[in-house]
Order: sequence, then structure tokens, then C-alpha cells
Amino acid sequence: MLRSDSRLDAVLALFDGRRGELIPLLQRVQEAFGYLPEEAMAAVARHTRVPESAVYGIATFYAQFRFTPVGRKHVMVCRGTACHVRGAPRILQTLEKQLGIKEGETTPDGEYSLETVACIGACGLSPCVMTNRQVQAKLTPRKVAELFSREAEAAE
Amino acid sequence: MNRAFANLRHRACRRWEAFQGDPRPRILVGTATCGRSAGAMEAWNAFRQASDARGLDAMLVEVGCLGLCYAEPIIAIAKPGMPMVCYGQVTPKRAAELVERYLGGNDPAAEYALGTVSKGRVDGIPPLFDSPVLKPQVRRTLRRCGWIDPTDIDHYLAHDGYAGLVRALDAGPETVIAQVQAAGLRGRGGAGFPTWRKWRLCRDAPGEEKYLVCNADEGDPGAFMNRSLLESDPHAVLEGMIIGGYALGAHNGYIYCRAEYPLALERLRTALGQAEQYGLLGDDVLGSGLSFRITIKEGAGAFVCGEETALIGSIEGRRGMPRPRPPFPAVAGLWGKPTIINNVETLASVALILQDGPERFAQYGTEQSKGTKTFSLVGQVRRPGLVEVPLGITLREMIFDIGGGLIDGRPLKAVQTGGPSGGCIPAALLDTPVDYESLKAAGSIMGSGGMVVMDDTTCMVDFARYFLDFAQQESCGACPPCRLGTKQMLDVLTDLTEGKGSLEDIDLMGDLAAGVMRASLCGLGQTAPNPVLTAIHYFREEYEAHTSQKQCPAGVCRELIAFRIDPERCIGCAACKRACPVDAISGRPKEVHRIDQAICTRCGACLEACPPKASAVERIPGRLTPMDA
Repeated sequence: MLRSDSRLDAVLALFDGRRGELIPLLQRVQEAFGYLPEEAMAAVARHTRVPESAVYGIATFYAQFRFTPVGRKHVMVCRGTACHVRGAPRILQTLEKQLGIKEGETTPDGEYSLETVACIGACGLSPCVMTNRQVQAKLTPRKVAELFSREAEAAE
Repeated sequence: MNRAFANLRHRACRRWEAFQGDPRPRILVGTATCGRSAGAMEAWNAFRQASDARGLDAMLVEVGCLGLCYAEPIIAIAKPGMPMVCYGQVTPKRAAELVERYLGGNDPAAEYALGTVSKGRVDGIPPLFDSPVLKPQVRRTLRRCGWIDPTDIDHYLAHDGYAGLVRALDAGPETVIAQVQAAGLRGRGGAGFPTWRKWRLCRDAPGEEKYLVCNADEGDPGAFMNRSLLESDPHAVLEGMIIGGYALGAHNGYIYCRAEYPLALERLRTALGQAEQYGLLGDDVLGSGLSFRITIKEGAGAFVCGEETALIGSIEGRRGMPRPRPPFPAVAGLWGKPTIINNVETLASVALILQDGPERFAQYGTEQSKGTKTFSLVGQVRRPGLVEVPLGITLREMIFDIGGGLIDGRPLKAVQTGGPSGGCIPAALLDTPVDYESLKAAGSIMGSGGMVVMDDTTCMVDFARYFLDFAQQESCGACPPCRLGTKQMLDVLTDLTEGKGSLEDIDLMGDLAAGVMRASLCGLGQTAPNPVLTAIHYFREEYEAHTSQKQCPAGVCRELIAFRIDPERCIGCAACKRACPVDAISGRPKEVHRIDQAICTRCGACLEACPPKASAVERIPGRLTPMDA
């Protein structure tokens, strides 16, 4: 999987391996790869002199870390309270239908992945979805269907 | 006065004056996350293109958030010789029109204006701060938000910025603590513990090495006060931290900010770099001999990290799991050293207190709850936004005066405060004052400032289930009462929403809740049952409807509702038939359609597809037999 370790080496070089750097280090690794490859976690463990099991334990504790690659368009549905009362469950449902995947999955072509997130913090414009750091606000199931079918077509 | 600071401030004020006196028209574009998600960057580009096309030399400036979410994207135009005018819902088309009419011509396009901001009048445009949404507000912590460039430290310096720090350095740490005490500041993160008392404890704790942590993890889903402040006025938080560090005798500070806030992190990093460059952070802050540094830590997505000891664990590079207290972090916290953890707004309030004096701060609020507080007023409210009000204002004033009432004039059912640790307050208690004690007496908490308004389309069983689901997922698993208790409660609630519950289940929930609250290790578990308990307390009949009548009165719980087509209204357009994912709808074109209740999954797609002019599909509480339909 990790044919070239140059990306990983570049990340590791930024840290001198103190325990307190473990989480930022994992975050940078995920930034570089889009997820946490197993080999990368092993390398992080060696670099910080923390057992691999502990690194894995930390990585699985936090919602941010992923162990499989995400799609080119990573869609995060906000399930904050404001979004919930304004119809987030229906938004998620529509997205699942539109993209043909369930929450936590990636489309076979690697184009889309779908995830829920505790809160994006755009509650005044709920319900909302974040795609690759860009927030789409005041959604309705209809708007979602339009937004994502058009995108899917354009991607073809 | 501090010489180094006087120079910084002098230069900043000169730059600000030059900025104000610039002969070009200025366009302030609110580009915080909410503005961007509503299309602020598109508006920005449209202004740029339209003014370039006309050969107009306009100055475009990024500013933070004004808090009027419903009117985003918001921009303000200051034309030389005219008062600044604020505009809402600025689509690219409107942006081009504003350039054409106002910058190119002399027509201020009053129909798009939210109000004038500076002194002076423009015909047909009322002053912005006289509008119903802003008039009841007292913007102190947010006073600079939306008016200054958050990426320019000089803008902050020209508006009292870092003057509080200088005052603190002149007065000495003891006086700083005394001033925070005199102001009556209580923690803005939720619990409302007096800030000065926490500081006192830490300052008096033995040891040379101490830490100050700014909790910017804002875990309450449905709240964004901290995000907005960090994106719009990051230096206010840095200033509060430096003052706090000085008062505690700490030389290192951390900002623990959630990774879901990329823009807040970016603005914080920019601000931090500038403050270091200006000598406001480092080994010799403003030549005073104070050494203070700030490191930013990105949170990795764990609600429990809002709990102090869990947050400390996370900074130390461990799983964010709480540990028993005492010892309290103020005595033994980060790396075992005395540590204070303050919320973003608490620290910004500290800067405010030192800038304006404690009397000014304490002039607002009630006897027990001093000052102003920011809230994110969201949900089914007409004018959602970030508001700042004096504590003691009633929920009614918040929701109806500032928020403009509910969307489509629907009835208010309840308002949720305090997020997953708080509770639902019913419409009958609308005159409850918003302060720490009154909200507690109503069964909820102030929390960090999340305020979610609900109408009759929210089911209080589903809503309680939503919070329990959240708490159960976020439970770190360290202690069994929370790990197992929240799971059991969630299972019971799920049964209720699926029509499998009984009346005894409602009482069972009370017993479970009591156990979870008493025996959990940290605040997450101790408060997780609150949303459920208040919902049962105030909306018991709705719970009973779910159990004895097998109905969801709000029409939310799928197993306890039905959809039917009113034969009188159906126009036979077949829109519902096409939308139905399970082919439960039959009927020939131009004839009345009907839903087969045995096939229907009650997804509601037909209701959405039915054209508004017909509105033939209705959602009704309780299931239907095929015969009823």
C-alpha cells in the first residue's frame, strides 16, 4: 500500500516524537493520506516509542480518525441539534439514496464517501452538510437530490 | 503607560484612520463559516467583477460574523461621505446590482438594506441597531465581530485591543483576580463556576509550572458561539489568555480547538503569529518580563473532551478519558501541574473586564449572574443567529423579540438549552429569566449558550432519544454507569419511538436515570439523562401517547404514524407515485391515488412530492389499517 514512504517521512520529520505530539502527528498523517494506513500507525508508534496497541487505541477513540480511504468528495452530514429538528435525518436518508451508499461507506468508484458529524457549527443555517470543508446550508431533501445528482452527472 | 504598547497602538490607530479615510468605497464582506456557507465568497467575487467591469476602485475587506445568520451573506458598504449601510442576502446578482446602483450611481438600494451602521441617515434605511433583532441585544463580547478584519491585529489594537493586557500588567496578578471577582464573571462553558475562585485555587497551588487551557472544543451540537467569536475576533481570546496566564503565574497556554472548525483554526494561527511578532506573546511580553506562550491543539472529535480531565488527557496524547476528581486540575492537571481550563467566551470576557473595568461588566445581568452572554438561537425560529444579551432576559424576549417568533407562525413547543447536558423548557415557562439559577430551577442548565427552539413538529420522545443516542455514542466507556446506563436508556427510548414501549418503561427510565446521574464518573454521564428527564417531566402525555395509544402526535416516529391521500384533494398528478421508493401508491393518471398501508414505509417522500396546490397527502398520528386508508 505504502509504495513510497516519502509522504510519511515528511510528516514524521516535523515531530520530535514526544508523547504529547501523538494526536497532532496522527492528524498530519491522516491529512497526508486521507486516512490512517496500518503501516503509518506502526511508524508513528516507533517514532513516538509508544506501543502500537496504544496508538491504535488512541486512534480509534477519536471520531476524526479513519482507517479506510475516503472518497474524493467526502460528504459529512451534520447531526447537530438544530439540524436534527430541522430535518437532518431526512437529509441523510436522501443522500444515502442519491449516492447509493450508507453512512460510513464509500462509493465503489471512490468518488463519494458519506459520514455524519456531531456538529459543523453552522446551526443558524441548518440543516447543513460539509463536503470537503465546504458547507452547504439550508438544505431540503429536494435541494440535496438536485445538488448531488448534478454533481454526479458532472463527474461522469 | 507601557511604551512598547503605546507605539503599537499609535501605529494601529493611524492605520485604522487611514482605512476609514480611504477615498475608495469600502465593502465589508462577512466571511465567517456561516457567511461562506450562504455564499459570501460568491458575493465577494461578484463585487470584484462588477466593480472591475465598471472601472471602480473599491476596497474589499473580509470581516467576521454579525450573527444575523438568517440574513447571510451579509455585507456592509461604506461610501465616502455616507454612513455605512449593511445589506442582507447578498446574492451575486444583488452584489452586481449594488455596484451598479449604489457605487456607480447614488441609489442605496434601500430594499436590500438591513440598516445603517454609522452616524448619519440614509433615506428609507433605518439604523441597524434599532432593528427588533438587535435592539434588545447588548453586544459586548461580540462588539468587534463583523466590523473588523479578524486577520489584522491592527484592527483589534485600534479598538481597545490588548489595552486590557496592559492594564493587567500595570495592576499586578492579585488585582487582576480581584477585578474578575468584582465583575462577578462565572464560567461561560456551562457550569457557571466563579472564574476568580478557580484562578485563586490555581494561583495558590504550589509549583512553578502552571498551565492555562482555553477550551474551544465547543462540543454542544447546535451551538456555535465559540466558533463565531474565534473566526471574527480571535485576538480577544488570545488577550484573555495572556491576562489569565499572568494572573495564574502560568507561562504556557494551550488552545484546544475542534478540528471541525477549520476556519477558526486558521484565524487563530494567523492571530497567534501576529501577536508573537508584536511582542504580545513570548519571553518578554511588552517588555514587562512576563513570559507566556500559546500552543494550538486540534481536538480530534470527542465530546467527552469538554470534560476537564479528559481534555487534559487528550492534550497529553492519550485517549480523552476522565479521571476521578479530586485532585482538581487547578491543583494537579496537565502533566500533573496546576492547570486552569477556561471556555473561549470566559476568556474573551476577561479581556473585556480588563479593558472596560469590572463595573461596566457587572452593570448588566442579575444579582447572581452578571454580565452579558452569547447564545446561538437556532432551530424553528424565524431569525436564527448568534445573539448577545444581558443575563436575566426572558426566554420569551429571546425567542419572540430577537428571534422574531417561529417559522410560519407555528406554535412554540419547547426550547432546549444546555445541549446534551441540559433540558427542554416548555412553552408554559416562557417567562423564565435566562440566568444560571432560573434555568437550573426549570430543570435545565445555561450550558455554553446553545438554544434550540422547537415547534409542534418535534417529537419529545424522538428528541430525547436523539440526545441519548448522542450521549451513548460519546460515552468514553471508562465507567459502567455511563457506558451501560446510557445504552439501556437509549434502548428503552428506541422501543418507545417504535411503539414497543409500555407505561412502566417511562418509570423505568426514571430509575435508570437516577443511577446514571449518581454513579457516573464525570459530567457527561452525570448530566446525560437531563434531556430525557425534563422531556418526561414536561411532556408526559406525549410519552403516554407513544405507549398506550401507539401514536406519535408530532408525526415524527415512523412506526407510529401513517400517510394517506385525501381523495377530495388528490388531482391524480402521480407525483407521489413516482416518488414512492417502495411502489406503495396506486392510481391511474387524473384519478385519485391511494397508499397501500401494508407496503408503505412512511418515508414521507409522497408528502414532499405532492404539489403544494393540491396538498393531498397528509401525515396522521397512529398507524392505519388497509381498511382505514
